[in-house]
Amino acid sequence: MTPSSMPLHGTVYGVLLNSQAEWQACEAAMTSLPYKAAPIAPVLYVKTANTWTPHQGAIVVPTGHTEVEIGATLGLVFSEQGAWRGYVLLNDVSLPHSVAEQGFYRPPVKYKCLDSFLGVGPHLLPAADLPQPNHLTLEVRVNDVLCQQVDLSRMRRPLSTLVADVGEFMTLRPADVLMLGLDVCDSGPEAGRRPRARVGDVIDIRVPSVPGLGVMQHRLVGEGA
Amino acid sequence: MKHARVVYQNHVVNAVENEGALLLEDGQRVSFDAVQWLPPLLPTPRPRTILALGLNYADHAKELAFKEPPKEPLAFVKGEGALIGHRALTRRPAGVSYMHYECELAVMVGRTARHVRKEDALDFVGAYLVANDYAIRDYLENWYRPNLRVKNRDTCTPIGPWRVDAADIHQRPGGAMNLALQTTVNGQVTQQGNTRDMIFDVATLIAYFSSFMTLSPGDLILTGTPDGVVDCQPGDRIVTTIEGVGALENEIALI
Repeated sequence: MTPSSMPLHGTVYGVLLNSQAEWQACEAAMTSLPYKAAPIAPVLYVKTANTWTPHQGAIVVPTGHTEVEIGATLGLVFSEQGAWRGYVLLNDVSLPHSVAEQGFYRPPVKYKCLDSFLGVGPHLLPAADLPQPNHLTLEVRVNDVLCQQVDLSRMRRPLSTLVADVGEFMTLRPADVLMLGLDVCDSGPEAGRRPRARVGDVIDIRVPSVPGLGVMQHRLVGEGA
Repeated sequence: MKHARVVYQNHVVNAVENEGALLLEDGQRVSFDAVQWLPPLLPTPRPRTILALGLNYADHAKELAFKEPPKEPLAFVKGEGALIGHRALTRRPAGVSYMHYECELAVMVGRTARHVRKEDALDFVGAYLVANDYAIRDYLENWYRPNLRVKNRDTCTPIGPWRVDAADIHQRPGGAMNLALQTTVNGQVTQQGNTRDMIFDVATLIAYFSSFMTLSPGDLILTGTPDGVVDCQPGDRIVTTIEGVGALENEIALI
């Protein structure tokens, strides 16, 4: 797949702390410095175009880092007048940063806007083909081992609420993309944080109940590889 | 040369400044008042990356009660939907108490930049522009601060009127790092500064960003604002001026 055939054309927005579980894991820190209070409005960020990596492409782990966070999510793609055009699987990769280390205080450009840090799924699924986008579960596998299940019904703002609350302060333009949020692991050694992967790993993300989204796959390579 | 992008007789056209008027790409010469001004940017094949700096002037950092200047650039990203052109209206929501302009030198990337050394960085600048990066402080929250509700609002980033070729700025004494900035509100000077007082200068910023992200032609870096921001009310006329780059006019409207 060439970059021009990627199902992304507009600005890609992500939202912090939409996961109920991640919110709970961060809640104790919310009233402490530097945050002082829990967030009220959706906390957004942008995945710039230099981050986009087509399906089956390589995501580059920069020199000096051993791991990245996997950010399995669903992207809602807009069309004219705010209509919902369709959905695409996305892997919003980050360098690890946490609430405890004050990593959520300043905008995450240096964690999230690195070249290749947004894995893009193979297909845009038309919105009409997915009438219940909040009621599905993403499965994340690293080297064919299931490491996370992301239940989109457990997001604090379901998609329609998120779209409305973002629309209160900015227009989502035709082709813009809004990601529904990232989740932390429920159990296992990575419980309470987003799953991680390292150079050489192959990450695949799918929704078994919605084969039309395809199986998104990316491999992690070292810088200079 | 100073480039513009305007709507004239219902068509979007590129233009250049010509002795106090606009020379359109089809050869017509029209007055500044005959057009609607758009952001003076050419379309990009993928969404334009628009980076913006917070606290990049020592005096503004002090004004905002930070004890020390930042050790690395404080950057955020905005979408192109926030941009509007010269002489357009910026909306102030009803009921907010503090909305202020930010006069900023905007740098447009001229060629693909990755792992650029500071000493080479200015070779990657294509043009300079004036931007006014409004903020509504009522909406500040300490999560990915400044959060996009403050900084990515429709109509809240006027830019223009011109896209000025980098060479025109670089040939001035001190180049891009010796330009006076000024903002007036209804004719009264409220903000004055100089790009020489940036904490992270243009070359440093290009080197910093390109150390982890590829900058593409047309991408923008808004380099922060100096001391002197004040509240702006509906009906106020705000002019942000940068020496040699342009005077960007804007008016506040109530939603």
